[in-house]
Amino acid sequence: MKITKKVLSVIWLVLILAFIYVPILLLAVYSFTDATMVGGAIDGFSFQNYITLFENEELRGMIGGTVALALGSALIAAILGTLGAIGAFYSKKTAKHLINYANQIPVVNADVVTGFSLCVLLVVLLGIGKETFVPLVLGHVVLCTPFVYLSVIPRLKQMDNNLYEAALDLGATPTQALFKVVIPQLLPSILSGFMLAVTLSLDDYFITTYTKPSTFDTISTYVVNATKGGQTDIKTALWALSTIIFLVVVIIVVLMNVLSGKKKTTEERI
Amino acid sequence: MTKALSLRFNRKQLCIPYAAFLILFVICPLLVIIYYAFTNSTGEFTFDNLIQFFTNDNTLGTLLYSIAIAAVTTLICLVIAYPVAYILARSKFKKKYVLLMLFVLPMWINFTLRITALKEILTAIETNIAMYPFLNTVIGMTYDFLPFMILPLYTSLSKLDKSLTEAAEDLGANSFTVFMRVILPLSVPGIISGVTMVLLPSMTNYVVLDMLYNSTYIMGSLIGSYFATYDWNNGSMISLILLIIIFIITLATNRFNDSGDAAGRTIL
Repeated sequence: MKITKKVLSVIWLVLILAFIYVPILLLAVYSFTDATMVGGAIDGFSFQNYITLFENEELRGMIGGTVALALGSALIAAILGTLGAIGAFYSKKTAKHLINYANQIPVVNADVVTGFSLCVLLVVLLGIGKETFVPLVLGHVVLCTPFVYLSVIPRLKQMDNNLYEAALDLGATPTQALFKVVIPQLLPSILSGFMLAVTLSLDDYFITTYTKPSTFDTISTYVVNATKGGQTDIKTALWALSTIIFLVVVIIVVLMNVLSGKKKTTEERI
Repeated sequence: MTKALSLRFNRKQLCIPYAAFLILFVICPLLVIIYYAFTNSTGEFTFDNLIQFFTNDNTLGTLLYSIAIAAVTTLICLVIAYPVAYILARSKFKKKYVLLMLFVLPMWINFTLRITALKEILTAIETNIAMYPFLNTVIGMTYDFLPFMILPLYTSLSKLDKSLTEAAEDLGANSFTVFMRVILPLSVPGIISGVTMVLLPSMTNYVVLDMLYNSTYIMGSLIGSYFATYDWNNGSMISLILLIIIFIITLATNRFNDSGDAAGRTIL
């Protein structure tokens, strides 16, 4: 009885993992061939898709633009969200609750609505051109900042408040106390908020479509258009992109696990 | 340090930039949406947009269709994810954190690329994916949102106090009773949090459909089509209706779950 339960558990896990990974891995295998569709005939292995990915100027620009947008808006979000969290945490109850609630809006709201409403306000009502990239960057900052805020607040709760007071008593200005005492302690949570902001921005489709300049594309908007287009070399080059992103994500996850594991063992030794 | 920076300030004041940002770019857009939803293209007050939504077969059908898609997707995600989270949480396997990582890792791969992969597989299996639109939409949505269901369920199940189930067993409950009367009720917060994380996006994420069939027939896509024709007023009305649905669901779920729906998305 116990053994069948165990076997069934393993079978279930394997089945679901297969559902998740077979499409991604199969696409990865096909990205190294000259086949134009998965399941189609493979005439031979080739790196053509990878060459196209790095040589095609449009694709290169699109990937560079996506990464730049993600890093830029995550940086703004990290600064804004951290300051907001520190300020809100030490504010009066009402102010704190109001900011908490407003912060929750973009989190629970559908991205379609966030994107559309920002477009109506900024582009239609205020007349800010999408070509200025202002609506796009603002949109991504709106998407990302709440998550930085949510990742910093718990750390503030754990922090020893006396350290800040001690720094002030010892003659530090509030600015010095902020940068030399408070921010260093918050750094791990700011970093994880930043990382989360990067991944959210990279993954976004909806806010981008409603706020982007017509000549600019991120990976998401580009892929959606490419699947409708008939250009097979672009389509298969995107398989290569998918494989590279998959590998990068796996490497980052493994590295983070190894690093946090190491940190734990050194902490234990101390 | 410059003079301006070294001026004395209160820590509370640090939240002013973010508070201003929230008012300008989070609250204001929503107010603008409400204004546009109840005016026509010349700026006069009107209920026409609302009336049009509820009298038009297309918009009403879309609303019902997206509710059906979202409900079925959420249910399937729950049925798949609950055993996974349960097995992972209860396993004595030392490296179960690695296993959990395997299940949530796809969250960090761009979803349009994942749907591309899925589309290729579905095309290879079914030849013509347009034959089964409802089925394939649900498969696509499930593929996209499954990790967001697994994570909150796992968090809530792994926090569960083992001594409670042991106590139930000692008092003579069989494993089915233990599950139904101890484990399931205690994991309700995880279920609620997972359901909100899947239900809302699957009502509005029209890209999955768009990529699978080049056709869109879901709430979010209505906004997209009004956007394409520069019809801000009707688009705002759809947004407002979605906002109200989201508001109701959030209010209903917050009663069970204080930690907020962000829990799943903020774990990295």
